[in-house]
Amino acid sequence: MTAPVLPQDDLASLEAGLDALETHELARTPRWQRVLSAAWPPAVAVGLLLLVWELVYRAGVKPTYALPSPADVGTVLLDQLRDGSLLEAIGTSVQRGGLGFLIALAIGTPLGLLVGRVRVVRRGIGPILSGLQSLPSVAWVPAAIIFFGLGETAIYAVVLLGAVPSIANGMVSGIDQVPPLFLRVGRVLGARGISSARHVLLPAVLPAYLGGLRQGWAFSWRSLMAAELIVSSPELGLGLGQLLDQGRLLNDMSLVFAGILGILVVGIAVELCLFAPLEKRVLRRRGLLVGK
Amino acid sequence: MTLLDTVSPDLSTVAPAVRLSGVSKRFDDGPTVLDDVSLEVQQGEFVCLLGASGCGKSTLLNLVAGLDAPTTGTVDLPGGRAALMFQESALLPWLTAAQNVELALRLRGIGKKERRARAGELLELVRLRDAGDKRVHELSGGMRQRVAMARALAQETGVLLMDEPFAALDAITRDVLHEELVRLRASQRLTVLFVTHNVREAVRLGDRVVLLSSRPGRVAKEYAVSCPQPRRIESPEVAELAVTITDDLRAEIRRHGGQS
Ligand SMILES: Nc1ncnc2c1ncn2[C@@H]1O[C@H](COP(=O)(O)OP(=O)(O)OP(=O)(O)O)[C@@H](O)[C@H]1O
Ligand SMILES: [Mg+2]
Repeated sequence: MTAPVLPQDDLASLEAGLDALETHELARTPRWQRVLSAAWPPAVAVGLLLLVWELVYRAGVKPTYALPSPADVGTVLLDQLRDGSLLEAIGTSVQRGGLGFLIALAIGTPLGLLVGRVRVVRRGIGPILSGLQSLPSVAWVPAAIIFFGLGETAIYAVVLLGAVPSIANGMVSGIDQVPPLFLRVGRVLGARGISSARHVLLPAVLPAYLGGLRQGWAFSWRSLMAAELIVSSPELGLGLGQLLDQGRLLNDMSLVFAGILGILVVGIAVELCLFAPLEKRVLRRRGLLVGK
Repeated sequence: MTLLDTVSPDLSTVAPAVRLSGVSKRFDDGPTVLDDVSLEVQQGEFVCLLGASGCGKSTLLNLVAGLDAPTTGTVDLPGGRAALMFQESALLPWLTAAQNVELALRLRGIGKKERRARAGELLELVRLRDAGDKRVHELSGGMRQRVAMARALAQETGVLLMDEPFAALDAITRDVLHEELVRLRASQRLTVLFVTHNVREAVRLGDRVVLLSSRPGRVAKEYAVSCPQPRRIESPEVAELAVTITDDLRAEIRRHGGQS
């Protein structure tokens, strides 16, 4: 006496019911609301910072040349913006940083793949690579100047030495974190060699690789500033680092502040406009971004 | 409990879909995991492999799937390859449901247009046509396993290996997927080798249940399930055979405790 079994369309409707019960659409807040709620805390923080600065300035802790008021710095900033020299410096630095980053990308990616996938290579240069990552790249500047002379090449050398290890290490740790299950799934589906790398390994590595890129950019930018501060000569284009150095030579604190702000703004802008959205998108697609 | 020869006789005339003969497996210097296992799965047959945890069920499936090679003995798959489904959904999270199915087709060298159409059909087959654009994390556990089933079907191997595919699901969903699997197996004429340590599940699904012993893994006993599909997991016939098998399984496990 077998108990009656569901007819087929009953099974279909049962499944449809289960599916509906077990999935839920996430309601997403409108964009302006998200932007607003993300923007006000930093805005308040910057406001408070300016306030404290102004108060310290008014208290006269330091002479004006050493600690200008926010308004003084603002004026210099506007002047620099108006005559174009700040923008030019930003342009020069961003160009160098961007190009250096791209070269670092082109070297660091295959290097990371090699270290991640080939055991002998990993034993050989894996430790060196992680060691290099903790070496402040400003330490390379004197060597680069002696080796390449005062010029762009020396600057790029320092940038690469700073950024390549980060990018390569991002790739390596990404490869280490790929769940073995995915590789086995790939093999069961018939992926071998190149097709396995293309359809399974590389997509699986992507989040960690992006993390490496983000760090690589930060290292490029920092190394570039270190290099530009020291490597300056009349033939070289004027970058933000050189602008800083100029401010120091002229004892012009407002100019120095303007330079620092420029460096900060570029760093934040690249982070906010490039890496953060990219990473967010990748993570959201994989359901790794909770909330938001 | 009926004996083996109740399996319909016409099956024995065709070549089996899976044949393991004298298969043993050791990992490096570890103990022998599988010892002299011989097992045939006929075309269109549904065989459930049952055994205590760690007895080598997954190892056996990996051998059949070609993910690993036996230490001695041979694994024959006259059809060439087998599709394998895992306990966790094992869908690739950077792809949508449909793209996961399409990947299987793509790796078989099927063109883009046909891929799309075939993936749609396969999702329809597991009744998930509308979920094709969903990301893996947007699907429930049961839906994921149905997509994984569609992906396995996309491999068109005819032989489906399943490694505790429903173990992580709740009882209600599992029950529904049992029915789904039985339906697909009949309509697609699949040969299934299904690993579980749920005795009732094995009896609910299989034409034949194979009990593996532990350390080393050997075929301890086989049971033919005579009551016809569709069955229900709650039915007394299923329960009755499940009791017998559970007793044998317990005896098998006890054997290890008594010695050491
Ligand atoms: N790659 C491996 N290397 C070494 N030992 C392994 C490997 N894979 C499995 N084993 C060992 O082989 C034995 C059987 O493992 P297997 O995963 O096949 O068991 P199982 O029956 O599937 O168990 P479960 O029910 O828990 O899934 C275990 O003792 C395990 O430790
Ligand atoms: Mg297992």
